[in-house]
Amino acid sequence: MAKVELVVNGRAVKGEAEDRTLLVHFLRENLGLTGTHVGCDTSQCGACVVHVDGRAVKSCTMLAAQAYGSEVTTIEGLALNGELHPVQVAFREHHGLQCGFCTPGMVMSSVDMIRRHPEGLDEATVRAELEGNICRCTGYHNIVQAVLDASDKMGKGAVKAA
Amino acid sequence: MGVEGIGARVLRKEDKRFLTGKGRYTDDMVVPGMKHAAFVRSPHAHAKITGINTDAARKMPGVIGVLTGRELKADGIGNLICGWMVHSKDGTPMKMGAWSPLATDVVRYVGDAVAIVVADSKGEARDAAEAVDIAYEELPVLVNATAALQQGAPQLHPEAPGNLIFDWDIGDEKATAEAFAKAAHVTRLDIDNNRLVPNAMEPRAALGLYDEAEDHYTCWTTSQNPHVARLVMSAFYNVAPENKLRVIAPDVGGGFGSKIFIYPEEIVCLWASKKTGVPVKWVADRSESFLCDAHGRDHATHAEIAFDKDHRILGLKVETIANLGAYMSLFSSSVPTYLYATLLSGQYDIPAIHANVKTVYTNTAPVDAYRGAGRPEASYVLERIMETAARELKLSPAELRRRNFIRSFPHQTPVIMAYDAGDFDATLDASMKAADYAGFEQRRTEAAGRGKLRGIGMSCYIEACGIAPSAAVGSLGAGVGLWESAEVRVNAVGTVEILTGSHSHGQGHETTFAQLAAERFGVPLDSISIVHGDTDKVQMGMGTYGSRSGAVGMSAVVKAMDKVEAKAKKIAAHLLEADEADIEIKNGDVRVAGTDKSLPWFQVALSAYTAHNLPSGMEPGLKETAFYDPTNFTFPAGCYICEVEIDPDTGATQIVQFVAADDFGKIINPMIVEGQVHGGLAQGIGQALLEGTHYDETGQLLTASYMDYTMPRALDLPSFKVMTTETPCPSNPLGIKGCGEAGAIGSPPAVMNAITDAIHNNNLTMPATPQKVWAAIQAAK
Amino acid sequence: MYETHYHRATSVEDAAKNMNAAEDGKFLAGGMTLIPTMKQRLASPSNLIDLRHIPGLKGITITGRTVRIGAVTTHSDVSTHAELAKLCPAITFLAGHIGDPHVRNMGTIGGSVANNDPAADYPTALLALDATVVTSQRSLPASEFFVGLFETALEPDEIVTAIEFTAPDKAAYKKFPNPASLYAVAGVFVAKSGNDVRVAVTGAGENGVFRADELEAALTKNFNAAALDDVTVSADGLMSDMHASADYRANLVKVMAKRAVAEIAG
Repeated sequence: MAKVELVVNGRAVKGEAEDRTLLVHFLRENLGLTGTHVGCDTSQCGACVVHVDGRAVKSCTMLAAQAYGSEVTTIEGLALNGELHPVQVAFREHHGLQCGFCTPGMVMSSVDMIRRHPEGLDEATVRAELEGNICRCTGYHNIVQAVLDASDKMGKGAVKAA
Repeated sequence: MGVEGIGARVLRKEDKRFLTGKGRYTDDMVVPGMKHAAFVRSPHAHAKITGINTDAARKMPGVIGVLTGRELKADGIGNLICGWMVHSKDGTPMKMGAWSPLATDVVRYVGDAVAIVVADSKGEARDAAEAVDIAYEELPVLVNATAALQQGAPQLHPEAPGNLIFDWDIGDEKATAEAFAKAAHVTRLDIDNNRLVPNAMEPRAALGLYDEAEDHYTCWTTSQNPHVARLVMSAFYNVAPENKLRVIAPDVGGGFGSKIFIYPEEIVCLWASKKTGVPVKWVADRSESFLCDAHGRDHATHAEIAFDKDHRILGLKVETIANLGAYMSLFSSSVPTYLYATLLSGQYDIPAIHANVKTVYTNTAPVDAYRGAGRPEASYVLERIMETAARELKLSPAELRRRNFIRSFPHQTPVIMAYDAGDFDATLDASMKAADYAGFEQRRTEAAGRGKLRGIGMSCYIEACGIAPSAAVGSLGAGVGLWESAEVRVNAVGTVEILTGSHSHGQGHETTFAQLAAERFGVPLDSISIVHGDTDKVQMGMGTYGSRSGAVGMSAVVKAMDKVEAKAKKIAAHLLEADEADIEIKNGDVRVAGTDKSLPWFQVALSAYTAHNLPSGMEPGLKETAFYDPTNFTFPAGCYICEVEIDPDTGATQIVQFVAADDFGKIINPMIVEGQVHGGLAQGIGQALLEGTHYDETGQLLTASYMDYTMPRALDLPSFKVMTTETPCPSNPLGIKGCGEAGAIGSPPAVMNAITDAIHNNNLTMPATPQKVWAAIQAAK
Repeated sequence: MYETHYHRATSVEDAAKNMNAAEDGKFLAGGMTLIPTMKQRLASPSNLIDLRHIPGLKGITITGRTVRIGAVTTHSDVSTHAELAKLCPAITFLAGHIGDPHVRNMGTIGGSVANNDPAADYPTALLALDATVVTSQRSLPASEFFVGLFETALEPDEIVTAIEFTAPDKAAYKKFPNPASLYAVAGVFVAKSGNDVRVAVTGAGENGVFRADELEAALTKNFNAAALDDVTVSADGLMSDMHASADYRANLVKVMAKRAVAEIAG
């Protein structure tokens, strides 16, 4: 059994799990954070994307033990004090989700993408950056619109703040 | 329309939970004492089971039980069935082979379930599943449907000699032959419709809970129609009587048809819960989904179309072989027959049609309805052959279509359907304008300057939705009625709950169904709740598929609201001492028209429940139920135009423009309708460009994960130009036609017409992968 | 996944010691290939020895034209390294087109070369750049490091610690990805330093990454995309599967090579 100590969504957590336990299963089963989903078994669909130490990773392709000592943010930790994150707002406003299953991974990936592109995003870049997330419902059209809009708004917000 | 009523672009009520990780899917459900299941599956496509030894598996750590088909049979659990009886043209009934939820004697495809292991953890269940020792004697394998019909082919089911399930036809063979005899031109085409794996992003799952004290079962499952699941599991599979079985389909992560059917796993999990005394949860891995979810399409067709000298269609002949896989799934027989050949008239006035469909068993996953179900196959046949004919006749594709459009309604086709309304010129005009069709040749030349092959393709589809008039489908062999139910409960404070038998798994019912009540009663959207997906809450329903929730499900809600409104008006008339006919409901008030006499909505509701002062003889309460049985199918139709650029060096295709103009009748929420079209287009484009399902000759699925099966990703698709025109559907109260499948139906032929236009080679099958396109370019040189 | 034993190595020596003590151990870096393989139950290492936290294995140092990339440097760190992008944009481009963003955030250069997947991207760069693979025991040229399909010259307890190369005058990488897996169906890395032209190919060869002699010969004579027009890339020895026949791969090798050369030639 592996000892797992993490800071998840700002809260220190401790647990024990089989060494083979994937981070996604630790989050879902040990911590009850079921917003992170498993949509494939070949590390491709991206429904499981969370942030580990500030970077978007596939939590289905990382052992919980590998994440020992890390800070993890899941979809449950994105909205602060009940206020949706601007990316969450944009997904809603642009109808960037239907069944909702890929959505947590899409949102976490988009937040990471926008952070890595402070210069702003265009459609081609957004589509290329979504290579690691598969959606079967939306045809991506509205997801792309949502990410572009969120990027615009967050960029403007950042300028204002500065 | 109000800001929240019919036609308003209302943001979705359900979004917040999905966006914050609070959606509740079957795999998120945890009940005390719950254990985990793994299925032992056949690694062979066709084999006799000569022995099963579970001793070693039972001794593995964490194992609670290992159960096989023999025990299942001994407990009286029945075989899976196909619920739609189709008769061959000689009048004999379809030949249905036995499908046991756990195979006992023969396995017929890779993934066929043989045993279930229940253990403390999923990992331990998997470990033990590998320790179940099954002895197989391999049998010859069939994967190709045409080969399965050949003399001397291996035999899959004793019930179906020659692997033929039925040999069915529709239309007038003699009249069609006569039409061809008069033809000035005949176009012939072989057309394959590739097998697809549905791939809803949430894999299928089931949690079975048997309560011994109550002798009662609960099943949480990924279903598009929990009531149908309960009905079938009770009536046919003998799991439990309906009053002792509750089926809950909580949040469901997409369906696309694949979650209509009742599969072995949910039956076995329920039964295993009783056998082991623990709640049993099974969640498919994506690999299991690839092997075991019902696949879609898989048709091989030869079609011929005859024209007179004025290029008017005289007749259409279609011969199709449909691969139904190893077993007949729940609605598998209806897909390549009544959902397919009845749409072969398309948007055209075709005097004579004859279609013959042979359905066949092979050692592959069962094939059943997948987004569009039969209608994409029909649309693909007709729109590919129309485009081919236009090229042969040297007419513009638009002109050939226009020359044959149906323009007067109602129109009776030679293949059952009676189209009630439509305006096919309107969608053709709209899409050609949006696509700047006239400017295409200039764009082609410009692309050639960059070394790219540019092509344009069109498709004018029609589909039948709103399935369906119960008596009509009953006469065609359906085992169920296809009405829908609704209950509208106005609570004592005026808030509203709508209970529906439709099931939302991405379609946004919690918003659009609520818009109906907001429009009718003037109450805010926030005080309207939609209840669905639980057989204990909603009395009965037929579920969501075939783009039926708007046309049928919402119509049931309208009927129930009519009754509520009538009663509310009676109460208000009584309280306001006015004539019932003068009462109107506006902006949340119930008023006497043309006066200032009014009551707030909640006051009327409260009066219904206090019952202190009701009209004489009236029962208290404000709650009504309705069942809506449609009188006809609905007929969404549209025109799609696809423009591609192909890199001749690599064969890679890029879709540079895609225009969709659809006539869905009345629209409740345009935002949601557009989203449905986008998703359908992605699936149709995926079929045309990316998604191929390959079995090798031993029946192993080669495209068994996302490493080899190409799901459309954002980079594979363009932004879409979508628009709607409107001819209201005359047969339902809202005038709705349905929009869920159109995109997947209309787009594959548009894409293939565009690619074959670009490369000047019509001999190309879906998916048009870079390798195939490159080879077709070489062949055309 | 079968049960395993995870160990986070503190040093190269600690890692080797644990490997030698294990029944059937595997080194784990980003895990982007190993963990999916284990999930499919196609690999069942008794022990996983995590190299990611060993001090000194991470980061990029540039001295003049000499580049050293620590073995556990992630693809995203390589792809976004501004100084490296100026010196050798082909390698940052390559790193930025491996898999998807999440894979690039975990996957490492050391893991990629040690795994030597026949469709992986980095091996082409190493061969074409005549890079040196530095291990816990020795340094060896890429040409000797890559042995065959998923096979390298590494001893069981030997760990890749860094990749070193001298930046070429010019280089470019062009890849035609498998639309499903995003791995290369054909990826071609062309590097030019003075008159020395090296062309390496991934995704196509039956024995993994290889140098394309006939393309190198033609380009050494005339470094121009048109110089490849008359060169025939043989389909012999190329992979053939449902996604791409050997003939199609041969075509793609040539097309990708021409595009890489065209980019370099400007």
